[in-house]
Amino acid sequence: MIVAGIDVGGKNVHIVITKNGDILAKAGAPSGINKAEAAEKVYDEALKQAGLTRKDVRRVVATGSSGQRVAFANGVIPDAAADARGVIRLIPSARTVIDVGAEEGRAIKISPEGKVLDFAINEKCAAGTGTFVDTMARALEISVEEMAKISLQSTKSIPMNAQCAVFGESEVVSLIHQKTPKQDIARAVHDAIAGRIGSVARIVGLENDVVIVGGVAKNTGFVESLKRDLGVEVKVPNDPDFVGALGAAAAAAAGVLGEEVKARVVEKETIEEGK
Amino acid sequence: MVEAKRIEPEKAEFWRWPETYWVNPAIDWHKGKFVTVGVDVGSVSSKCVIMVDGAVYAYSSMRTGSDSPDSAWKVVNWALKDTDMKVDNFDYCIGTGYGRVNVPMAQQTITEIACHARGANFMYGPEVRTVLDMGGQDCKAIRCDDRGKVLKFMMNDKCAAGTGRGMEVFADLIRVPVWEIGPRSFQTQKEPEMISSTCVVFAKSEVVGLLQEGVPENEIMAAYCAAMAHRIAELLNRLGIEEKFAITGGIAKNEGVVKRLEKELGVKTMDRVWFNKDMRTSKIPFDTMVAGAIGAALFAQAMLERGRVKSARKA
Repeated sequence: MIVAGIDVGGKNVHIVITKNGDILAKAGAPSGINKAEAAEKVYDEALKQAGLTRKDVRRVVATGSSGQRVAFANGVIPDAAADARGVIRLIPSARTVIDVGAEEGRAIKISPEGKVLDFAINEKCAAGTGTFVDTMARALEISVEEMAKISLQSTKSIPMNAQCAVFGESEVVSLIHQKTPKQDIARAVHDAIAGRIGSVARIVGLENDVVIVGGVAKNTGFVESLKRDLGVEVKVPNDPDFVGALGAAAAAAAGVLGEEVKARVVEKETIEEGK
Repeated sequence: MVEAKRIEPEKAEFWRWPETYWVNPAIDWHKGKFVTVGVDVGSVSSKCVIMVDGAVYAYSSMRTGSDSPDSAWKVVNWALKDTDMKVDNFDYCIGTGYGRVNVPMAQQTITEIACHARGANFMYGPEVRTVLDMGGQDCKAIRCDDRGKVLKFMMNDKCAAGTGRGMEVFADLIRVPVWEIGPRSFQTQKEPEMISSTCVVFAKSEVVGLLQEGVPENEIMAAYCAAMAHRIAELLNRLGIEEKFAITGGIAKNEGVVKRLEKELGVKTMDRVWFNKDMRTSKIPFDTMVAGAIGAALFAQAMLERGRVKSARKA
């Protein structure tokens, strides 16, 4: 049976087409302004890769923050459910999934069957999301890839005072003015986001194996920082940004067209009483 | 009311609020006993207030640079620009604000919370009980007594939402000078729903989306001002407002935020009237940004009067 899973996130669209569990095609592109349109385009590209037409595909399940906008989908499942299904296929020993996307960071406790047991999410604050890393890379005038690479060369940990992405940008600029080596600033940025993600992960608790997925999982510098913050080994599957789409495809294959998960929404307390 | 001198910003920098300075022509400082100075080096703006025997003689307000001591010198020199006063004529100077430890000409530092409450007491009168200081990178809600003494306060200095930086970022994004945002936010057919994202970074994406949908710019400004007011109301509700209520800091100048905040809270802000030491009002052009520096200068004055500190005057 041929099915497809599509993940429409804040920044990118990912699609996976599978046949009896084997991957036939994978495609991804920026989701842009018109997410519905981007989804159509990426779907057609994946079909072309697989040498198929839309009629060949039995079911399509969508996920992601704009999963509802996918006109050709037969069903929509939440990101956490898609992550759980996708991760368990790739790494069956996974029990904790950390997913860091462009606009969200979530931690999911999963069962050996790939069911969501507990789930915490930060979607209110850009600190602790891929947007934070993008913003800081821009301030450093280097690419995210470059920032990931150089941060691994840093041996010095400088704590960032700012938690907010807006204030963090000013802090990075002032660190540049103080002639702080770029690799140390890069590491500081990764340490800062890892700290935020780590606190979300600790809400659901860490059970081995811990797996990280989402676009930010491709950032090796961040993964190192996260390992340090969590104090446990963290596994990264191949193509971690396609895991949501893969999980949606797995749901499609299983005939699951909808699923509900309860989230614990994490909001950083920003108001404090003065002394 | 007398207009303060404004330096218009370059067209391309929409965030750049007008810097101000003013000298009181009614005061001959040579005849005064004490010259006291407050220098408030904030994260975004630096302010200097020079007082002669407890009356405002001069003030200035400008952007903080990357170096705090340098910013302190610049803002002090700007306040002195049209006078024959020198730094050596200062009897006592107190530094306050985020960069207070880096004010080279100051003999002492006092926290900005204490200074803002004291300054608001002077600017708005002794009836003020709740002061909201809307700063560049933080927001503080302060309860104080009739002498301007701090009783309790709540603050947010972790998140750019509800701070001046948040408004600057928005001004640059929508390409409208920051001081036009307030007035233009009322030039709309209807009051739109507020921006739903709290985070400034996510609010930016939301605004971009609204612009692309063709929502009128003024409506987007209204939506942003309302979101900011909502954010600040959370802080005030946590503190609990006791009237009368006054606002200081840069955002106090943005009526788009202030009017919506009043509406959300159901509380009016106080009229802007300066009080002098003898409780007579004076006609000084009002700049809400200098409240902290005024408080610092007043603390210096009180310390000298009570003989708690010695004059550091060199000339």
